[in-house]
Amino acid sequence: MTDSVRKDRVTRFINTLQQARTLGLTVADADDQQLTLCLPYSQKIIGNPETGVIHGGAITTLMDTASGSVMICVLPDFELCPTLDLRVDYMRPAEPNKPVYARAEAYRITNNIIFTRCEAYQEKGKAIANCVGTFMRIGREATPKSYRDLITGDDA
Amino acid sequence: MTTAEILRYTQETGDFSRMLDGIPYAGFIGLQCERFGDDLIFRLPRKDSNIGNPILPAIHGGVIGGFMELSAAIYLMMSQDVLRMPRIVDFSLDYLRAGLDRETFAECRLTRQGNRVANVMVTAWQKSRSQPIATARAHFLLED
Repeated sequence: MTDSVRKDRVTRFINTLQQARTLGLTVADADDQQLTLCLPYSQKIIGNPETGVIHGGAITTLMDTASGSVMICVLPDFELCPTLDLRVDYMRPAEPNKPVYARAEAYRITNNIIFTRCEAYQEKGKAIANCVGTFMRIGREATPKSYRDLITGDDA
Repeated sequence: MTTAEILRYTQETGDFSRMLDGIPYAGFIGLQCERFGDDLIFRLPRKDSNIGNPILPAIHGGVIGGFMELSAAIYLMMSQDVLRMPRIVDFSLDYLRAGLDRETFAECRLTRQGNRVANVMVTAWQKSRSQPIATARAHFLLED
């Protein structure tokens, strides 16, 4: 699988998630180790109107999506893996009017569980938040074949 | 209305609409809040744009997290008497069941309040309170 195939698969996957589409999430970078997603700034996700800072919930969704999609980049077959838990540490508020990026990696993969790490940052690599998560492997057969084919497309 | 007036209005009437109107993210996911005596119940009515699993379908785990995180912040704000979003330090979330495409509820508990940091527990459920879909724990900074 090439990096451009990885990017295409993740793009197709996140486009099936209505919340990810509503937030405008896009794939910034993907390889066999990590995945980076981008959350554009928008008024509708502001959490603190006095400062214009976006709400942590939008960052949680960004990091959950990045961590839950990195499997597409590192596993040979598409598997939908539900989130077991997430722990998010907020380093500093995100600066308004700038996108937030989230880079996720799966640092340990077992038959049942995938352990992920994810960092949210803005330009110049300033860390906004860190997240560790665990995801359950329910097997590729748990996802309908038609949906798997939709994600893998013709490039399988 | 000033922010202090909004807080007073919310506390006196139990009508959270003015407070929530001031928080764009609350409207983005559709969060609502109702008061029963001293208790607050947060509600997340079903909404197409909150879906994160098209197969089940189920609510995006991040939206459930954002709903619980914002519920905790509003709960803390109401117990603090200051209408200023408390700064979140960390948030730890356990997903217990799939959050299906239906209305979700949440309630909060102030586990411990120190001088500078507060610890809030949040439980979210759908059909039955005895079958939570997620539990969360958050730390907030009370002063800068």
